[in-house]
Amino acid sequence: MTSTKPTPQKVAAPDTGAAASLHTGTSDPRTLILGNLRQSGIYIALVVIVALFAVLTDGVSLSPGNLTNIVLQYSYILVLAIGMVIVIIGGHIDLSVGSVVALTGAVSAVLVIREGMPWWAGVLAALAVGVAVGAWHGLWVAYAGIPAFIVTLAGMLLFRGLTLRVLDNISLSPFPEEYQRVAAGFLNGLLGGEGYDAFTLFIGAFAVVGYAVAVFRTRVARVRHEQPVESFPLFVLRIVVVGAVVMWFAWQLANARGLPIVLIVLAVLVLIYGLLTRRTVFGRQVYAIGGNLPAAMLSGVRVKRVNFWIFVNMGFLSAVAGVIYSSRSNGAQPAAGNMFELDAIAAAFIGGAAVTGGVGTVVGAMVGGLIMAVMSNGMQLMGVDQSVQSVVKGLVLLVAVAFDIWNKRRAAGAR
Amino acid sequence: MSDHILEMRGITKTFPGVTALQDVSLAVRRGEIHAICGENGAGKSTLMKVLSGVYPAGSYDGQIVLDGEQVGFRGIQDSEARGIVIIHQELALVPYLSIAENIFLGNERRGRGGLIDWHRTNAEAAALLRSVGLHENPVTPVIQLGVGKQQLVEIAKALSKKVRLLILDEPTAALNDVDSAHLLDLMRSLRDQGITCIMISHKLGEITAIADSTTVIRDGRTVETLDMADGAATQDRIIRGMVGRDLATFYPTRDVTPGEEVLRIEDWTVRHPTQDRLVVDRASLHVRAGEVVGIAGLMGAGRTELAMSVFGRAYGRDISGRLYVKGREVRARTVAEAIANGIAYATEDRKHYGLNLIDDVRGNISAAALDKLARNGWIDGNREIQVAEQGRRDMNIKAPTVMSVVGKLSGGNQQKVVLAKWLFTDPDVLILDEPTRGIDVGAKFEIYTIVNRLVAEGKAVVLISSELPELLGMCDRVYTLAAGRITGEMPVREATQENLMELMTKDRDLVR
Repeated sequence: MTSTKPTPQKVAAPDTGAAASLHTGTSDPRTLILGNLRQSGIYIALVVIVALFAVLTDGVSLSPGNLTNIVLQYSYILVLAIGMVIVIIGGHIDLSVGSVVALTGAVSAVLVIREGMPWWAGVLAALAVGVAVGAWHGLWVAYAGIPAFIVTLAGMLLFRGLTLRVLDNISLSPFPEEYQRVAAGFLNGLLGGEGYDAFTLFIGAFAVVGYAVAVFRTRVARVRHEQPVESFPLFVLRIVVVGAVVMWFAWQLANARGLPIVLIVLAVLVLIYGLLTRRTVFGRQVYAIGGNLPAAMLSGVRVKRVNFWIFVNMGFLSAVAGVIYSSRSNGAQPAAGNMFELDAIAAAFIGGAAVTGGVGTVVGAMVGGLIMAVMSNGMQLMGVDQSVQSVVKGLVLLVAVAFDIWNKRRAAGAR
Repeated sequence: MSDHILEMRGITKTFPGVTALQDVSLAVRRGEIHAICGENGAGKSTLMKVLSGVYPAGSYDGQIVLDGEQVGFRGIQDSEARGIVIIHQELALVPYLSIAENIFLGNERRGRGGLIDWHRTNAEAAALLRSVGLHENPVTPVIQLGVGKQQLVEIAKALSKKVRLLILDEPTAALNDVDSAHLLDLMRSLRDQGITCIMISHKLGEITAIADSTTVIRDGRTVETLDMADGAATQDRIIRGMVGRDLATFYPTRDVTPGEEVLRIEDWTVRHPTQDRLVVDRASLHVRAGEVVGIAGLMGAGRTELAMSVFGRAYGRDISGRLYVKGREVRARTVAEAIANGIAYATEDRKHYGLNLIDDVRGNISAAALDKLARNGWIDGNREIQVAEQGRRDMNIKAPTVMSVVGKLSGGNQQKVVLAKWLFTDPDVLILDEPTRGIDVGAKFEIYTIVNRLVAEGKAVVLISSELPELLGMCDRVYTLAAGRITGEMPVREATQENLMELMTKDRDLVR
């Protein structure tokens, strides 16, 4: 969907005789599969899980209505996972995001519902509160040098308490129509269509073309700089597969209620943050800090400043999630957002982020979040008991990280 | 029983790709103080780890004979059970536990029901403290003691284990003169009580003062064991044993006339970040363009500390003194400012401080000067690849592509990545801290060639090295550093391994 997909061919060559594969497309299937196992592992896992639940639910999980539902139901977790993976790449953790989701939603609800201010004033106020909370965490982590685990654990309690205070311990609802549209609205009918929404298909096609152009340009640049690229048929196959999946997904949405507004918000955020982490000085410095803190310091990275902005950003994205969640639940509740942090953290780790920092991608976190979403949704469709759902999710997280660590050890042992 | 408490015969220990010890022998007489001398990396610590079971029996070749009986320790518990206790240079005390708790850690004095008998613990600790001459309450947390007193607690802990052979690794390296003198007195009295001591030390003054015999190790081999009793073994004699190595490595020649002064440091003084002592004491030096200036000093002399404190105050506190780059005074308080002022520092520990091992060659080369590749914070990825490719070609980095992960490269190629990274910052002066440590001969030669090319381009290079032949082969001028002070400076044509080593081993007293 975006051009930020990590290029999986870059670690293709094993050590021995590596020079031999210089500048040539690696097409030996065994090398490709083994070398890319780490990167492609979560994609394969996602496909397997989607297929599994499609079978178990007799295809209901892939029905247009249910796919739309998954997008609406889990978008705010994915937004949180974007911020969380950046926090984790930097070598930190944020336990407070659930409370911040609640607080920002509560502030927005108080302004819009109780004070009768316009919907956009609520959104802006929520974002401002989120940024302020992030700055608060950033100050303590970066400048006071307190571990993020402690700072955000305190924040989790602190901002939950403030939520209760802001709401006077009662729920507020309902939001006006416009505010509800953020999470429950659809863009459709703009281009007509018989029984399906042509606009949704247009946006899907637009995304596929954009993706194809972006990866093609990357490939051309890499060839020009004599960097290795995957063989051309494989490259084409990748575009065709991605295009087919996106178009099929768009077709399903088009046959339901059209293009959800939150999906656009999410896509834009993934695109921006994918570029931010890969292509900006800030993004690279986050990886540097998480990968080797002393080395980053001795390379002139302004570590405190980078850490501060990591948390400001997390606060901002928590507020975005807070707005989406309050819009979807059509109100603010004192207990909103409870345990969201754990879903976001799990998404980042399942998506390949390393506990020690320095490793992880936004797209990976999205796939990790989708794995969790598809599983939860599938189990709900099957009517699986809440207790079993929780056990399964816990085991999946454990196995995903264990697999990752085993994989790394294998890579290290191969030297 | 022989009069040797310990004999190590034909000890050979190899690590992947390196032979650390080659047929080393050591014979220690009962009730003596036996010093072990050698340059950094000669194999002293490895030998002691073999002896104490840190490297278990079977992981080395050769025999260890204790009290006439062949032994093979599987771990440090085994050797301690036989009365061998090693005290490492970095003390292994738990800071928030009391003196008594530390002394009996892992060896607790238990009373009824397996509970700790605190009366006995503290009473026995008090007795042990008296025997090492430390007048402290046993319930005092160790963190409240200075390094000298902590050292004594370590010795008390060793005594509690009924030590018969005590190994001290650089016991006075972190101590001031008073504490050092006290420790040496204590070692003498331990010897008189029948405890044999092995002492690893760089301080030849101390060794000639206290040791009964001295074994010199060089390049993983025993050179000789000197009997110190007859007074024939002077400091000069030991130095000759330590450095008597042929200049086997070949150094590329260069023909550069040094130009303008690039770096000048005056009265540079640095305090240890946590302890109350100076690690660099009024050091002054200067480097000119096109010149390679060496800094020679043994472990703990303050070489790295000097370099890192100059590099944007990345080490130490209460730093005073003046720093000039190209005649202009520079007050760089952060690493970023130091880089902006044309200083680059390639660390001695590339794995922990120099490289992001999980990142690729490209990301490491650009890391210190990303701003040069970016506009409004956005990195020009194509230019970055160009820069990395150029670095790979210039430094002859053997990696399949610049997208290869740095952690998988060999040591020599990692070091070339470090050099490429710092050259991309376009520095005026390049401080290289042990640039050839742990890399093979071929890669060393390549690094030397790169250094020569850089000075030919007009850069100034400061070369910190433990290998004296390397300093003699590469430098135009050499400073010697001992205990944080510059103890000498000479053009390389006047320098020999012997006179450098003499200046490097000057104790504080001799400097004054």
